[in-house]
Amino acid sequence: MKTLKLLAALVCFVSLTAFTITTDSGYEVGDVATDFSLENIDGKMVSLSDYKSAKGFIVIFTCNTCPYAVAYEDRIVALDKKYAAKGYPVIAIMPNDTDVKPGDNMEAMKARAKAKGFTFPYLMDKGQKIYPQYGATKTPHVYILEKTTDGNIVKYIGAIDDNYQDATAVKTKYVENAVDALLAGEEVAQKTTRAIGCSIKTKS
Amino acid sequence: MKRLLIVLIFLTGCKDAPKAVEVTEQLSKVHHQGEAIVLDIYDYDGLEPLINKDDGKVHVVNFWATWCAPCVKELPYFEKINSDYKNKNVEVLLVSLDFPRQYDTKLKPFLKKKNIQSKVVCFDDVDQNRWIPAIDSTWSGALPATIIYKGNKRQFYEKSFTYEELETEVQQFLN
Repeated sequence: MKTLKLLAALVCFVSLTAFTITTDSGYEVGDVATDFSLENIDGKMVSLSDYKSAKGFIVIFTCNTCPYAVAYEDRIVALDKKYAAKGYPVIAIMPNDTDVKPGDNMEAMKARAKAKGFTFPYLMDKGQKIYPQYGATKTPHVYILEKTTDGNIVKYIGAIDDNYQDATAVKTKYVENAVDALLAGEEVAQKTTRAIGCSIKTKS
Repeated sequence: MKRLLIVLIFLTGCKDAPKAVEVTEQLSKVHHQGEAIVLDIYDYDGLEPLINKDDGKVHVVNFWATWCAPCVKELPYFEKINSDYKNKNVEVLLVSLDFPRQYDTKLKPFLKKKNIQSKVVCFDDVDQNRWIPAIDSTWSGALPATIIYKGNKRQFYEKSFTYEELETEVQQFLN
């Protein structure tokens, strides 16, 4: 009986592992995140390596057209205002194919950034080469990176906080907690979280 | 990036079964009470029993929202499954993740305009980090997402469907 249970557990584990391998790519916490050179709304190219004095980055895949992303715009601006000076600037990347979502094209991105007073770069993932490497699946989707001598290490993947509907009713500020921990030289307690978002739009 | 491995198994055995005349009395009651559409609103504890029924039926549960363009695009396919497979013990449940403030301004007008016949419920629970992994350990949280299950047999899909793809998946649960 004991052997049977063990066998069942083993089969379960193996199938679970197999499934994880076949379905997921992209970064996990601990991986080194790729740098990029993407066009900002001001026409200039932006790379993580441009930020010589940064201690890390709050990379947020976001867009104009997703209601969840829109719901978080003010909170993303607040994150940059709070953490850019401390060494963790927000880098926003718009991952959608703009043929599928014209409301996310460069002109619309510029207009949105101006209207909302974005204080951070809002980059276009032109050619959609970067978001698949990160493994982003939706907007908004946050990756917190810590700059080390070995590269930018992924320290947190997930949501901004635990209440998309009402910023005043948030109980846990996932991103702030993670960056605060990194700034204090501590381990991030909650390394991954999940939230609903809009699937990243592609042609196929 | 997600890569879902879809095993296409074509089951043609059921295709010649005669189609019964559908009776949509119950659904009509829900969706067309004169002008007013009445929708049940659930948190995760309320939704959980609805997505874990063990009644011998095949359940197709689609998580969607009116603001989700690919969801809206595939909605007719779920409607077609609901009508074409009702007499084969298949039930469709459309779980709306629309924002509560838009139930009256967006969701209900949409359901009325599109004359949606499948059962629709509203799902409002902000603690997404609790219920997304509970619904499926592999779900990143992107919409659309779909569960097909019958008793203990269960499959989760974080993707958009064509009608053919959806029908193929449903048919895997029919024997």
